[in-house]
Amino acid sequence: MRPILMKGHERPLTFLKYNRDGDLLFSCAKDHTPTVWFADNGERLGTYRGHNGAVWCCDVSRDSMMLITGSADQSAKLWNVQTGAQLFTFNFDSPARAVDFAVGDKLAVITTDPFMGLPSAIHVKHIARDPSEQTGESVLTIKGPQGRINRAVWGPLNKTIISAGEDAVVRIWDSETGKLLKESDKETGHKKTITSLTKSADSSHFLTGSLDKSAKLWDIRSLTLIKTYVTERPVNAVAMSPLLDHVVLGGGQDASAVTTTDHRAGKFEAKFFDKVLQEEIGGVKGHFGPINALAFNPDGKSFSSGGEDGYVRLHHFDPDYFHIKI
Amino acid sequence: MAMNRPGYSNPAQPSKLRWGELEEDDGEDLDFLLPPRQVIGPDENGIKKVIEYKFNDEGNKVKITTTTRVRKLAKARLSKRAVERRSWAKFGDAVHVDVGSRLTMVSTEEILLERPRAPGTKEETKVAGDSLAQLGKGGAVLMVCRTCGKKGDHWTSRCPYKDLAPQPESFVDKPVSSETNATSGMTKGAYVPPSLRAGAERPAGGGSDMRRRNEENSVRVTNLSEDTREPDLHELFRTFGAVSRVYVAIDQKTGMSRGFGFVNFVNKEDAERAIAKLNGYGYDNLILRVEWATPRTN
Repeated sequence: MRPILMKGHERPLTFLKYNRDGDLLFSCAKDHTPTVWFADNGERLGTYRGHNGAVWCCDVSRDSMMLITGSADQSAKLWNVQTGAQLFTFNFDSPARAVDFAVGDKLAVITTDPFMGLPSAIHVKHIARDPSEQTGESVLTIKGPQGRINRAVWGPLNKTIISAGEDAVVRIWDSETGKLLKESDKETGHKKTITSLTKSADSSHFLTGSLDKSAKLWDIRSLTLIKTYVTERPVNAVAMSPLLDHVVLGGGQDASAVTTTDHRAGKFEAKFFDKVLQEEIGGVKGHFGPINALAFNPDGKSFSSGGEDGYVRLHHFDPDYFHIKI
Repeated sequence: MAMNRPGYSNPAQPSKLRWGELEEDDGEDLDFLLPPRQVIGPDENGIKKVIEYKFNDEGNKVKITTTTRVRKLAKARLSKRAVERRSWAKFGDAVHVDVGSRLTMVSTEEILLERPRAPGTKEETKVAGDSLAQLGKGGAVLMVCRTCGKKGDHWTSRCPYKDLAPQPESFVDKPVSSETNATSGMTKGAYVPPSLRAGAERPAGGGSDMRRRNEENSVRVTNLSEDTREPDLHELFRTFGAVSRVYVAIDQKTGMSRGFGFVNFVNKEDAERAIAKLNGYGYDNLILRVEWATPRTN
């Protein structure tokens, strides 16, 4: 395959997200402007200007009309996807990290980093159908975990919120009361910071990637560990194919060590694993630096990766990919 | 459908008729004399027939029937909203982009999903494509101990059963070059590594011992196909008896097989049987040639 290279960001990529139809790709980077691209040919559709810091995460509503972004400028913003206009700004006292729309797009979860003595927190916000009625009040605020919360997503039927972060523990919270329901086991769980978390297409299980050089597959309800994928590099990003039983891990050594390492030895490939057999299927090379973000097109026929090198690489699979046998 | 007929010249340029202009300048059009174009189908199998009529070079009427099969592209479906979004106006920084900025490019490099091992090969040949991992493992491609015959566990030099071997030896695993040299025999003018040159300091009998060892029940296999690897060869010869060493000559520059290799058997009888059986054996479209590695004196 010949990947499409998209050079719209001047700083390392942080997050990638496809909309539900798979025709738009949203990219967030440490520069201040999230960007939307056409996912088939990589043409840039627009940028969302207004943030004043690195943008860590984004999510798009099911109808692809609204975008939410979380940024290090201590705010999360709602955007009109079509025009790039700012609809609302949620202001916090510390940098916003993860954002996720609930099913139905009526709620959103936003996490904030520990900052200036403030602990990290998970905020649940009500999202108004009409942006003019939007308020900044939190429906629920959960405090508790130590360290940064790198990802927070909604569980099945919006009943739970799943969070993971620097303390290497996956937690499931009640989204109504804010009570801690489940915690991942210290023995079987990750040993280092969890950098990424992604749900399967049917939301029955989810995958976490960690700097302990492994990725783990969990049941979303019982939080039982299903599979572990071991690699030789810290995992920065994970993705799951919605079409095949494939898992993609992206990573590489620390950004600080990039210039001192040969790119061939740096393990900057996106590694494909068989979801069931936990065996490596192959690697896709290309980035000059660690991969920070991975996303699968909802149709399962293409995926994109964003790297520390500031490039988004959009890969449309060759036909033989769909017939790979171990 | 303008055709050129020989002997006809354009009145506008009677003197010199340039071939490049023939197509466009042919003013006379007799197409109206022809029956109209007919399109039949596509039928349920997607077969479409197009019947056209035209004049050929001699001015004769020709009927051309083109049969094509129409297939729908694999699920090229797009939701209505996605089609609508396609026509959305650019916004933000995307509005005024210089043509030369080339934000989106197609990679000039063909990127493949690199398999960790060739499809179809067994687990034992698994080598991670990472150079770091390889360094750590010391190249566990085919680690066969020649002393005890154990595979993938240790190198010959580190064999824990070394002391139990019939002849205690001072042999240290040499790089491939010295091995090939030793096995293929010293031809005149060929490079001889310093350690093997006459007068070179070496433990008494060390070099010759090594040579003898490599010659022992060594079978030369030639006319191998380029993608034959050591595990393949091992697989092939294993059926005849215990194999102590398999080696396929690899071109240092290209990394491709040079088409020959050596197999050492523990037992001479096994080697004999292998030669009898596999010489002239068709393997990978090629006919193998299997013989004793060195001309036997006995």
